[in-house]
Amino acid sequence: MSQFLMPSLGADMESAILMEWMVKEGDTVTKGQVIAEVETSKGVIEIEVFEDGIVEKLLVEPETECAVGMPLAIIKAGADNTLKAMKKIETQTIVKHNADTSKIEPDKQKKIIEAKEDNIEQEERIKISPVARKRAQELGVDITKLDSKKDVIHLSQIEALGTIKVKAPEAAEKKEETKERDGMRQAIAAAMSRSNTEIPHYYLSTSINMTPALEYLKELNKKRSIEERILPIAMLVRAVVLALKEVPELNGFWQENGHRMSKEIHPGIAIALRKGGLITPALLDAQNMDMYSTMEFLSDLITRTRLGKLRSSEMTKQTITITNLGDLGVESVYGVIYPPQLAIIGFGAIVNAPWAEGDALCVRKVMQATLAGDHRATDGRIGAQFLDKINKFLQNPQELL
Amino acid sequence: MELDLMKAKEFYHKMLLIRRFEERCVELYSNQKIRGFLHLYIGEEAIAVALMDALTKEDAVLATYREHGYALARGVSCESIMAEMFGKVEGCSRGRGGSMHLFDASARFYGGSAIVAGALPLAVGMALADKMQKRNRVTVCVFGDGAVAEGEFHESLNLAALWKLPVLFVCENNLYAMGTALKYTESETEIYKKAASYKISSKQIDGMSVIEVAKAAKRAVEDIKDGNGPVFLECLTYRFRAHSMFDAELYREKAEVIEWKKKDPLLVFENRLKEIGLWSEVDATAIEDAIKTAIDKAVEFAENGTLEALEDLEKFVYSEVSHG
Amino acid sequence: MDNTTTYREAVREAIRKAMTENESVFLMGEDVGHYGGCYAVSMGLLDEFGAQRIIDTPLSESSFTGAGIGAALNGMRPIVEIMTVNFSLLALDQIMNNAATLLHMSGGQLNVPLVIRMATGGGKQLAAQHSHSLEGWFAHIPGLKVLTPATVQDAYDMVGLALADPDPVLIFENALLYNSKGSIDTQGTPVPIGKALIHKAGKDISIFTYGISLFKALEAAEALAKDGIDVEVIDLRSLRPLDDETVMNSVKKTHKVIIVDEGWKSGSISAEIMARINEQAFYELDAPMARVCTVEVPLPYAKHLEDAALPQPQKIVDTARTMMGK
Repeated sequence: MSQFLMPSLGADMESAILMEWMVKEGDTVTKGQVIAEVETSKGVIEIEVFEDGIVEKLLVEPETECAVGMPLAIIKAGADNTLKAMKKIETQTIVKHNADTSKIEPDKQKKIIEAKEDNIEQEERIKISPVARKRAQELGVDITKLDSKKDVIHLSQIEALGTIKVKAPEAAEKKEETKERDGMRQAIAAAMSRSNTEIPHYYLSTSINMTPALEYLKELNKKRSIEERILPIAMLVRAVVLALKEVPELNGFWQENGHRMSKEIHPGIAIALRKGGLITPALLDAQNMDMYSTMEFLSDLITRTRLGKLRSSEMTKQTITITNLGDLGVESVYGVIYPPQLAIIGFGAIVNAPWAEGDALCVRKVMQATLAGDHRATDGRIGAQFLDKINKFLQNPQELL
Repeated sequence: MELDLMKAKEFYHKMLLIRRFEERCVELYSNQKIRGFLHLYIGEEAIAVALMDALTKEDAVLATYREHGYALARGVSCESIMAEMFGKVEGCSRGRGGSMHLFDASARFYGGSAIVAGALPLAVGMALADKMQKRNRVTVCVFGDGAVAEGEFHESLNLAALWKLPVLFVCENNLYAMGTALKYTESETEIYKKAASYKISSKQIDGMSVIEVAKAAKRAVEDIKDGNGPVFLECLTYRFRAHSMFDAELYREKAEVIEWKKKDPLLVFENRLKEIGLWSEVDATAIEDAIKTAIDKAVEFAENGTLEALEDLEKFVYSEVSHG
Repeated sequence: MDNTTTYREAVREAIRKAMTENESVFLMGEDVGHYGGCYAVSMGLLDEFGAQRIIDTPLSESSFTGAGIGAALNGMRPIVEIMTVNFSLLALDQIMNNAATLLHMSGGQLNVPLVIRMATGGGKQLAAQHSHSLEGWFAHIPGLKVLTPATVQDAYDMVGLALADPDPVLIFENALLYNSKGSIDTQGTPVPIGKALIHKAGKDISIFTYGISLFKALEAAEALAKDGIDVEVIDLRSLRPLDDETVMNSVKKTHKVIIVDEGWKSGSISAEIMARINEQAFYELDAPMARVCTVEVPLPYAKHLEDAALPQPQKIVDTARTMMGK
């Protein structure tokens, strides 16, 4: 039995308002299941439970503001057998009240032993090798769905499942748009001023000829329906992800113990809300996506962001930020790094501009790519390499697939 | 001491048994029936035979890895010793010990140690127990001249003397610690003098003469049983064979071996019996035949012995005691 | 030029070379002189270098090992030979309480450049006082380095490496290897202390081993190859320091681990390797790690029992097959 607490979704989050329960008492929940929505200074966030069990009691009514760490519900361990769970509680009580077990009558002693054995049974879990578990996570394979009653799951089985499997995005529910909250603007202000005082930024910028990429995209989209069309932003995100694989120094965090690179690439995508404000939710595990799935998950992310239906992990795991203000006609974006991230990359508007090709001067679609990096973690050389990689990928757009 | 015909026959029989038994062992080793290390006692038989003669059944014996002679003289059967060297369950240590680790608790024969001087502290402890229990027994501890260099030798002698324990220490000085001559390893080569420095009654005797060793042993055991504390005997002897089977004997001259062979304890004893007119009555031929028969029987017994089941491999690591 | 030689001769050659090059090197131990060494390693060296530098000692393990430490403190480079690892127990006090600790106790003032060589291992029916593999025990002790040459090349190289080291180094020579043959390169740069070697690359299972077990593992690897199981065989070479990097890289490659060690399992070097893999590469494992070690019994004399007690190629093959689900 355990308490389900108000999670901390960021270093600067102190409390949140419980908006809605998505489960009721008696419901069975599984690890990772979203069971509530909370309203934070950064928006409405779905929060998930971290164990399998049964919701025994909901402790907090909706619309209540709760501090981080406050118990919100009681979850009973073991989803399958309430009786066994009850027995466990009983056993604990007995043991507690009879510290000296020699004084318990033999009959009762037997019961305690039996109850203990039940506990062991009840803690049955998926047997999966450590490396298989890790790989499953990388590939997005949901191991709870695998049949593992008999055998141990090994790496080969996970790899056989092969292709990327990420949970299908939930259908966007019709829901009244939440009012713009003053809190959000405040949160952004706090983060940005902290960034500017703490982080020594360096800035780099380069012009990128987008003509090859856009033409390639045009060809690609000819074969696809309107819903399936790939937008330039997906291509840009994809170029960033691939460049980060080659220059991983910019992907990660600056923490108390210094520079820490992340294996996973979770780019935070700056998304403007219709009623003002900006959120940068993470496109989780973008390193495992191809161009098509990048587009697919990106549009899902944008939709959910605008509906205020983001996951808590999407609000906390960003390893770099991508901001694209090109649709507003801005040519260059000099971003401010979101701590504890290491960099922010900005893409400006794509404009017709004179471009030298060989000895000839011609007009091309040109975009400014700008990088702001944390000078404590990297230097301009790394930043330049990174921009150069992005450029190379955009000049060879078939590699972005 | 009185040397009647019966004792004469017994001594001769036992010394010859050890000699022939070990000669057969060499053959069996060469045929790979016996493996591991095989250290031969040939040349030193007089000491084991005479020492064991001085003991009662209640006394205890601790020896070295060169202990076939002691086991045989103590009365451990040829069959069980041979079976042990064949690695059979019928062996005196169930095939677990081999040549270097012969044990027989019923004969109060405590083996069989392959660590030089390793048995000396044990002998002190066994004697201590006898003293505490007020049992009038002797513990005999035999070791070679090599053991004298170990710290345990000195520590054990001191303890036994300090606590006046009933131990008979017997050093078989065959002049070589394995392959290194005593003169290269000891500043004082008169070993009995080391014991004397611990205030232990000690003397050096001719280890090639069964009669002399028997006399000295008898007196020593009586002395100890009278409660006078430990006694130390240094027996000068010589092994006619190499240290173990795999030894090229680069460390000693052939001439030296030949010289010592003139003092062969069997030969010395035969001559002595001739002098006193007992030899013709000993009937050496009959003894030789009886020994051959006994050894043949032992080899056959060992050949036909059983191998321990593999399931029992992990036996005897801990005592099989029932805890109810 | 044919450089084929035996393990025994390789050790002897290395000692000879060191003694020729450096006057402060000397050899001391039981029967190393007139007898020529219990395992004939030092045969002929007495004639060549004289009794001043090839020193026969009494059976006084504690004292002559301690004397080696003293000589090392005072400018010499002694090689102490202890006849077998079993006898080293009599010198354990000096090894542990002096050799391994003096540098630290003295606040870095007194290093002990001592080399101790000894024979180790079972398989010759020498029973329970002459057959054990205790090198893992010594690897427990900070301040010591523990080398386990398996190949003829290492038998040669490790003497020189150990002598060049400023601290006490123990070399464990498996007695069954003395007759093994191989070629040696006496001119090349030896693989340093603390570096493991991949003897056979493979992708399915990593076998970590050392000493004589290396050859059992290689034999098993051949048999397993016929089943389509491609094992990687790694000779640890040094038990202290352990080459974590090579071990973990191999684990990352194969995700499966078998450790072959003639020591017992409990509290052993095999247990230590498992613990380190658990600490450093847990998420790389695709199956529980397995060990082929000596059965937890003092080694018995009878051949069939001794064979059953020791690691054997077939046991390695069986363990690997089980691990691969075959």
